Amino acid sequence: MQLGRVVGNVVLNMKNETLDGVTLLLVQPLSSSHEPSGRIIVAADSIGAGVGENVFFVRGKEASFPFYPVEVPADAGIVGIVDHWYLG
Amino acid sequence: MILAKVVGTVVATRKDPRLVSSKLLIARPMDPKGKPEGNYVVAIDTVDAGFGETVLIVSGSSARMAAGLKDCPVDAAIVGIVDNIEIDD
Repeated sequence: MQLGRVVGNVVLNMKNETLDGVTLLLVQPLSSSHEPSGRIIVAADSIGAGVGENVFFVRGKEASFPFYPVEVPADAGIVGIVDHWYLG
Repeated sequence: MILAKVVGTVVATRKDPRLVSSKLLIARPMDPKGKPEGNYVVAIDTVDAGFGETVLIVSGSSARMAAGLKDCPVDAAIVGIVDNIEIDD
C-alpha cells in the first residue's frame, strides 16, 4: 500500500457498466516527507475520502476487493483515510 | 487507473480468438491538466471512445474485470470517457 493525498475527482459520462456507482478520485502519491512523489493516478474510492485528505491506497487487482462480490475494473483503490503518521 | 487521450487506432487481422471483434485504440497517457506523459499504450475499448477523447484506462489484470473482457488476454482497457476533471492546486 502507498500513502497519497486526494487532489481532485473525475467524472465519466460513458463508463463500463461495472463502474456504475463507483467514486473516482485523483490521488497524488506522497513520499515519507509528505512531498508529492510520482504521477497523479485515478483511484476508486470505497470509504468516502474527500479532496485534501491523506489516504492510503492499494494498486493492482486488490483495488477491486472492497467492492466484492462486484468485480470493479480498478487497478488503484483508496482503502483508508490517514489520521496521522509517524516516522521514527 | 490513468487518464489518457485517444490518438489512434490499431487494426489487426491475426489475433487471439478472444480478441476478435474488440476495438483496439492507441492512447497517450496524460496528467489531469492534459500534459502528455509516458509511453503510448494500446488498449481495448469497452465504451465506444473516439479520436481525441479523454478516457480512463485500467491496466494489469484488473483490465479483465471490465464487462465483456472476462478471460481475454488484455492488460489495458478503456473503461470510461471523461466528462470533467476537477483538481485542487
